Amino acid sequence: MSPEGIAASLSDGMTIGIGGWGSRRKPMALVRAICRSPVRDLTVVSCGGPDVGLLCAYGKVRHVVAPFVTLDTMPLDPWFRTARQRGDIGFTEYDEGMFMFGLLAAAHGLPFLPTPAGMASDVLRVNPGLRTIRSPYPTSASRPGPISAQEEEQDTGEELVAMPPLRLDAALVHMNRADARGNGQYLGPDPYLDDLFAKAARHCYLSCERLVEAFEGPVQSLLISRMMVAGVAETPNGGHFTTCEPDYGRDEPFQRRYAAAASDPAEWRRFRSRYLDVDEGSYQREVSQR
Amino acid sequence: MCVTACADAWRGDGEVLAAAMGTCSTLGARLARLTFAPGLLTTDGGALLSRDPLPLGRPAGPAADATAEGWLPFRDHLWLVLHGRRHVMMGAAQLDRHGRSNISCIGDWSQPTAQLLGARGAPGNTIRNTTSYWIPRHTRRVFVDRVDMVSGVAATDAHDLRRVVTDLGVLDFDGPGRTLRLVSLHPGVTVEEVCDNTGFDLHVPGDGVRTTRHPTERELHLLRDVLDPDGLRAREVAE
Repeated sequence: MSPEGIAASLSDGMTIGIGGWGSRRKPMALVRAICRSPVRDLTVVSCGGPDVGLLCAYGKVRHVVAPFVTLDTMPLDPWFRTARQRGDIGFTEYDEGMFMFGLLAAAHGLPFLPTPAGMASDVLRVNPGLRTIRSPYPTSASRPGPISAQEEEQDTGEELVAMPPLRLDAALVHMNRADARGNGQYLGPDPYLDDLFAKAARHCYLSCERLVEAFEGPVQSLLISRMMVAGVAETPNGGHFTTCEPDYGRDEPFQRRYAAAASDPAEWRRFRSRYLDVDEGSYQREVSQR
Repeated sequence: MCVTACADAWRGDGEVLAAAMGTCSTLGARLARLTFAPGLLTTDGGALLSRDPLPLGRPAGPAADATAEGWLPFRDHLWLVLHGRRHVMMGAAQLDRHGRSNISCIGDWSQPTAQLLGARGAPGNTIRNTTSYWIPRHTRRVFVDRVDMVSGVAATDAHDLRRVVTDLGVLDFDGPGRTLRLVSLHPGVTVEEVCDNTGFDLHVPGDGVRTTRHPTERELHLLRDVLDPDGLRAREVAE
């Protein structure tokens, strides 16, 4: 598939998950294709970085579900901040561990997963729909040995957040290598949560640095199975300007330029027309020639 | 001195992950490991647990794998948070007297005046891990009466809020009702100066406040020549 084809298979109002983490191995070529497409009113589920930022800049986002949005070397993303401070988007804010459990619950078809993360914090205040659950086991059952009847009577189980599943209509992830059938391989130091995004989604679309006939490297690096994947696009440098180790690191000067352009309307118009309102081939040419 | 004060937070922790956000706190973790706390585990800033504490700001490069003693991708980091064998030193945009911290946003959450990071791992960290804070600028903007969003939980709810290191001194949560208490002042800093820069009545023990210890010669050498040869710590706080 082409990035345009993948963007065209999304529809208005969908909940889409985006893999990677902050400004690391984001499917940016697919995000750029969505920015150019007519799709709108998306709910974006992401360990957020410039993917969330760009979609906010193009007004594609109705709601963000995330534990954070960061550019890593620069702590904050300007377009997500602007959208939040203007009140343009809704936001569901979770702890990172809660977020991972939400994807795990969806991937396993569970109605929730219990976790202590979030208890006593304002995550419960800003998510009034979140429920807690009390463990059916007494706290003392967590240590070995018999429990007396008196102990059991006085001892109530721990109260935990019941993290609901983060079910996705579609997931977008970027891999170092993939085959035409949709198997995906990461070669960097961290898989992030990409396999969970794929498993939590009805349809997963995968972009990759290079399509291969056969994989090289340890089988543990074969992160995504074709049974989860609806479409593959070969997008060389498609994670740019985020990291995609070991193929390339983050383009720090370009990330700084993106962030700086966001603070000045005229500069943003120039940035947008040169880099974003053009097809992926032109983007890559402009980036390499600057 | 801020680095050694941060390092001292991990004293006696044994074989746990020393996780840090910030320059002086990261240096503190690595310095503690090189001196009095050799059992600590530290990372390369990414997914690798390093065999030896690494210099700051020097790219680990392709040799990073060879310097690793273990693998800790984000998903396992989140597992470790629940497991609890971890002492994290976080930053905070706001911190109140009960130890509630905010890294999410300033103002009303529904439409903040300044959107910050989001809760990140703060709720899970504070409920399950020993947690300390490193605040490079001790001001009334940080030490507030009430945080706008509770990202990190109060000392009474937390697993163990250990200490707060700032550019002015060291504090802990052994004040009345598990509130902030002044423990030591960095040389040249007065109690009045700390209180003036704190937005609530800070508990100052009646029997006096110590002076923060000076780094040893060996610590200064490790810091200047091994861990931070580029002097990145000076960008965060004046030495």
